[in-house]
Amino acid sequence: MKYVLMFVDTEQFAADLAAMSEPDRERAYARVQQWFADNHDKVTHHSHLMPADAATTVRLKGGPPLVTDGPFVEGKEVVSGYAEIDVADLDEALRLTQSWPGCPVVEDRPIAS
Amino acid sequence: MTEPAHAELARVVRDHAGRLAASLVHMIGDFSAAEDLVQDAIEAALTHWPVEGIPQRPDAWLYTVARRRGLDVLRRESRHRTKLALVPWPTEPEPDDRLRLIFTCCHPALPRTAQIALTLRVVCGLTTGQIAKAFLVPETTVAQRITRAKRKISDAGIPYRIPAPDELASRLSEVLAVVYLLFNEGYLSSGGEQPQSHDLVDDAEFLASLLHNLMPTEPEAAGLLALIRLHRARAAARFDADGGIVQLQNQDRSRWDRPAIAGATQLIARAAAFKRPGPYQLQAAVVACHAEAGRWEDTDWTQILVLYDMLLRLAPSPVTRLHRAVALRYVAGPAAALTEVDTLSDVLDDYHLFHATRAELLRDLGHAEQARNADQRALSLTANPAERSLLQHRLDWT
Repeated sequence: MKYVLMFVDTEQFAADLAAMSEPDRERAYARVQQWFADNHDKVTHHSHLMPADAATTVRLKGGPPLVTDGPFVEGKEVVSGYAEIDVADLDEALRLTQSWPGCPVVEDRPIAS
Repeated sequence: MTEPAHAELARVVRDHAGRLAASLVHMIGDFSAAEDLVQDAIEAALTHWPVEGIPQRPDAWLYTVARRRGLDVLRRESRHRTKLALVPWPTEPEPDDRLRLIFTCCHPALPRTAQIALTLRVVCGLTTGQIAKAFLVPETTVAQRITRAKRKISDAGIPYRIPAPDELASRLSEVLAVVYLLFNEGYLSSGGEQPQSHDLVDDAEFLASLLHNLMPTEPEAAGLLALIRLHRARAAARFDADGGIVQLQNQDRSRWDRPAIAGATQLIARAAAFKRPGPYQLQAAVVACHAEAGRWEDTDWTQILVLYDMLLRLAPSPVTRLHRAVALRYVAGPAAALTEVDTLSDVLDDYHLFHATRAELLRDLGHAEQARNADQRALSLTANPAERSLLQHRLDWT
């Protein structure tokens, strides 16, 4: 079964990352790289996104399209990246997710077949 | 139908529904479809058995109905055709199959209310109507919970299997939490006034016993079973003739079921031999201390205090600290206990037993007016009729 892991940043996590010393931050990134390397047979593709303030939202509901600056929902938690994985079932997806060394919240969502 | 006949019917359904569900899921490979067939068979049994009597082989009867309904479904839906066509009926499932069933129903990806409803329906064979009545919610609410949960199981890919060894501890504690909640719900809602249409305490004991039998090396399953049995063994003395609560120190201990208490205590001792203490074993051990005391005065409070300290290390909780303070009263006196209780005022201010406990300690210390105020506060925080009447009685007579 295929799932998308949506990686979610919190304000606190972003602040903690910014406050780290350069070597500490590099080590944090290296742990994430290692996770992708360890699980390369299950991760079909993945991307890291630019910060939410780089987002532009377009609303197409009735009338002319409305283009606004920022993410579709303002909040303390924003999606910062995603990975698509191919595993046997939810338990395997959760096992993989629980070993994720990056951001503090991850949403596991099955891909509609 | 008479009450014993009701209980017998519930027991027979409970003994067979889970097995039937397990073997159908095993054979069809579709949890949701199998569950529908079981529910149909149980509804049929609840219609026929009270009139025609419980059949000699209830399992064969249920299988036959499920098979017939299954073939009806086949005509409409082709996707299970080949699998169902191969099913040999009736068939005996491996006992482990029910364990898989429980772990799927109590998967942490499902909300607690759905875990409870699914477990009762699939493993214990309750109907949606019976669950709704037991939890005082509309039948449509329970039906929606079940439908959503079954959809989530299939859409999210929740597996039908026993968790891997490294996941087992956390997943088992999820299952035990569901059983414990069922027990609490059944135990607290039982009063003198009206008998429950379905005894959730029976279901909880059945599930705990099933878990203990299928996982004999898991001491927490044994601990939970012992805890439930110890409470039940003393149930007869909990209420007076008018349905009022009788507090532990005033209970007629000759009405306690001594053989049941001895059996549960043995269960705790055997569990303790695994040397993996847990919250259920410790709570059961506390209750055992009370149950084994011949008189209130013989209660081993020092031992109870030690057990609460262990419990607090494993599972810190303000309510447990409140219970510990009650034990402390008999070891170190009411002043020490009140000091301890007062440290909980921030977190437990909305909890009626916090104020009721304070009232008792204040009364011991001769502060009658403050005690009355605390009892008033407790009274304003509980709707349970038996507890209200106890507090009101205390306000009227002290």
